[in-house]
Amino acid sequence: MDKIHDEKLKDSERRKLLTCLAWAGGGLLWTMKGGVLQAKTLDGLAAPADADFSFIQISDTHVGFHQEANPDVLATLQSAIAHVNGLGRAPAFAIHTGDVSHLSKPEQFDAAQQALKGIKTDNWFFTPGEHDTIGDNGAEFFKRFGGGVNGKGWYSFDYRGMHCICLVNVLNFQNGALVALGDEQLEWVEDDLERVSSSTPILVFAHIPLWTVYEPWGWGTSDAPRLYSYLRRFGSVTVLNGHIHQIQQKIEGNMTFYTARGTAYPQPQPGAAPSPGPLKVPAGQLGSYLGIREVTHVNIKGPLAVTDTSLAI
Amino acid sequence: MRQFFSILMLAVAGAASVTGTVQAADKASTVQVSIFNYKFDAETVTVPVGTTVTWTNKDEIPHTVASSDQGFPASPGLDTGDTYSYTFTKPGTYSYYCTLHPFMKGKVVVTPAIPAGD
Ligand SMILES: [Cu+2]
Repeated sequence: MDKIHDEKLKDSERRKLLTCLAWAGGGLLWTMKGGVLQAKTLDGLAAPADADFSFIQISDTHVGFHQEANPDVLATLQSAIAHVNGLGRAPAFAIHTGDVSHLSKPEQFDAAQQALKGIKTDNWFFTPGEHDTIGDNGAEFFKRFGGGVNGKGWYSFDYRGMHCICLVNVLNFQNGALVALGDEQLEWVEDDLERVSSSTPILVFAHIPLWTVYEPWGWGTSDAPRLYSYLRRFGSVTVLNGHIHQIQQKIEGNMTFYTARGTAYPQPQPGAAPSPGPLKVPAGQLGSYLGIREVTHVNIKGPLAVTDTSLAI
Repeated sequence: MRQFFSILMLAVAGAASVTGTVQAADKASTVQVSIFNYKFDAETVTVPVGTTVTWTNKDEIPHTVASSDQGFPASPGLDTGDTYSYTFTKPGTYSYYCTLHPFMKGKVVVTPAIPAGD
């Protein structure tokens, strides 16, 4: 294991690492289709006992949604919170990767905030989804969940040797184009990373995937390649996103990309339906489509281990 | 909020009558556009000047109607069943999209007033 934690991984070594992660996940099943790795069967997993720390990713709570796909999103959020509090260890921090609310309404933000306080952690980090910035460019969101650099939402922080960058990719929508991070934010990233040594593990999170999962549905970020150019010199980069309400994974060089399930409702796999609208599943199965993610940090120079847990009983 | 927009619309329509499109405004025709399955249906509508276009969101997901070049005011987030209306008082081609799902595109082509009896 130590050997493959070396900073420069060859492809063959990376494959070994994947096998290892799969094993560490206790039944995590990896399948590769069209170059995209998918993880399945993720329930009841315990984090490695020797982990330095772990944190939680929660996403797409969509408080205010009340349609057939999930008539009670607050109940499923509460269930997610119970899952987090039932994990063996208290998370060092929690990140919410956006779409806290469904329609950016103050009462939806307030209800979500109230519920999220139930998670036993002292530190929260938020990035908005496009549902959190409707009509006001995120003013109500940033007021409650932090405005980051210049009130524009992005920021970075360090946690026990790991450098974490929160990005915002929901404020630059243009007709017919994939959303962009924008020049101002990318220049900030470049400056921010200048002082960080290449051996530091990097965590990046944002709402919309920072790799193109499926362009016809807008599941990607147009100027992400420029972001990669700043991240390439680091040994280990983990990128976490939400938005598509399902797990998708991809490895590109030193960067590993993961999208998370939401706690509100599932969405179809890329291109598997006429539109990305909510997927209606039998009520008894909904829990297995929703979930939370625990990320553990085992070795200071190693990659992060990601464990997805569904809300199925 | 919707009430506010209706008032705004009336104001715009009022201003238009002063500039000489009274005839078309009087006809007060309305064209419906559905938003369904992440599409504007119809994607292109061609209407005479003075027509009110009303969009209705029939999806379970919110959408918006936003002009690509500030040709008309953007809608608020439209929840399921919500509508948004705008009266087009000047001929031209108005491209618009959904700011939540920018791959959703539509167009309103506003033609000059139709001669009487057409
Ligand atoms: Cu939309």
